[in-house]
Amino acid sequence: MKILAIDTSTHVMGIALSQGDKLLAEYTTNFKKNHSLRLMPAIHQIMEEVGVSPAELDAVAVAKGPGSYTGVRIGVTTAKTMAWSLGIPVYGISSLQLQARNGKHFPGWICPFSDARRGQIYTGLYRFRDSLLREEEKDRIVLLEDWLSVLKEKNEPVLFLSQDWKKHELGIKGVLKEQAVFADFPDMQPRPGELLVLAGQMPAQEAHTLAPEYTQMAEAEKKWYAAKEGRAHE
Amino acid sequence: MLSNVVASQIQSHKRFGGVVPEIASRHHTENITLIMEQAMAEAEVTFSDLDGLAVTEGPGLVGALLIGVNAAKAAAFAHQLPLYPVHHIAGHIQAARLEREWKYPALALVVSGGHTELVLLHGEGEYEVIGRTRDDAAGEAYDKVARTLGLPYPGGPQVDKLAEEGTEDIALPIAWLEEDSYDFSFSGLKSAVMNTLHNAKQRGEQIEPANVAASFQASVIEVLVEKTKRAAENYQVRQVVLAGGVAANQGLRRAMEKAFTASDVELTIPPFTYCTDNAAMIGAAGHVQWLKGNTAGWELNGVPGLALY
Repeated sequence: MKILAIDTSTHVMGIALSQGDKLLAEYTTNFKKNHSLRLMPAIHQIMEEVGVSPAELDAVAVAKGPGSYTGVRIGVTTAKTMAWSLGIPVYGISSLQLQARNGKHFPGWICPFSDARRGQIYTGLYRFRDSLLREEEKDRIVLLEDWLSVLKEKNEPVLFLSQDWKKHELGIKGVLKEQAVFADFPDMQPRPGELLVLAGQMPAQEAHTLAPEYTQMAEAEKKWYAAKEGRAHE
Repeated sequence: MLSNVVASQIQSHKRFGGVVPEIASRHHTENITLIMEQAMAEAEVTFSDLDGLAVTEGPGLVGALLIGVNAAKAAAFAHQLPLYPVHHIAGHIQAARLEREWKYPALALVVSGGHTELVLLHGEGEYEVIGRTRDDAAGEAYDKVARTLGLPYPGGPQVDKLAEEGTEDIALPIAWLEEDSYDFSFSGLKSAVMNTLHNAKQRGEQIEPANVAASFQASVIEVLVEKTKRAAENYQVRQVVLAGGVAANQGLRRAMEKAFTASDVELTIPPFTYCTDNAAMIGAAGHVQWLKGNTAGWELNGVPGLALY
């Protein structure tokens, strides 16, 4: 069983390749440069180096968001098209769940998040139970302020995993005090190899059905629905 | 042409009164593999039958281009097939080769929502842009005039239809620009239409919308056809091609036919389905790239402001 994993949902570009329970390759960069340009050359290089041809792949795993709209679309489009064209299934995995995997030895709550501007974050709440990562509060877009009061009531330590942690560190500590725990810096960014673990714990899906998880409507749609509702109330 | 599948998003964008880039990208991501599958099923081919994949590199909406480029790269990589990058306008022009063989030198008038260009073809895939719009594209002016007249989106075909019922009784300006220029300008014309309607409203006068449409359409067509005719004569071309979404305009088709029937120049107007945006035309232009051996590497990217090649 050979699986290719792709994550382009943030500035991190991650690619991993596994054969059974052996990680053949894992490649990560974290800087602001075009995923569209760099993803396929990187996949090509990794597969060539370990001597795996595309035809040998059994499945493709991908982080499907939430995250950068464009970034997520590049990963999802690449993954679903490769999978469909090869006639193999695809695993669409939450980008937050992927991030949460980095808290695998933490005994409390795990809160992966990324900044969604205007005081909002993309987040969810996870926890390892019997060494399996469980989603305890669904992925969402939420005001950080509102989210922190949810976490406060949990009354247990919360591990924060995020590339945007510095921006919100003071705000989080201000509310949660000692309850807030921050990971070491390498764990603040997603590792593509973790996608392969998650793929092993979930059902695969048909490539056509894979779509990004945006967790919110496009701006134009929000306005359109708001206007429609306004008209209905008149 | 074995198959030509188009997933139009017009219905979805209608509610916004125009194309919303983020929505376009979302739809493309959802549909891309389904459309590829349908195109291959209708053509009765599998990946092992293919010799390459052609994809639009640009110009266009960057988010939309990225979906096509990354899907094409993924499929080409998966099956180790060569990748042929195509310029969107070259696609519109090469739609003509689905109809008949080129006779060089040739001239193409490309008119669409985003482009108004006169392109000289010296030989196979050798393009020279000799004229372009300095402001709005013709199709853009059509859409704005349609909106002012309260016509539904997309407005171009609506104006064309309405123009059939009207008379050209409103004097509107035509921007001929410098005497020897093949460039176009439609923003003055567009403003004149808006001012005419605004002033009439201020005076409480009624203007027949069909007459506005007819007068506007006549001005657009006159400048397009005249400049094409002049360029065809000056460059001694053997063939003229009308391409792009606005080539579906009935008024423009008739005027072009009238302008070239008496001449030795062969006029080619691709059928409607090859004029509006479609992938058959990208395949046709991809064929030219294949003939010339112009392949792309895995680093191919979407380029919104790409120059014609």
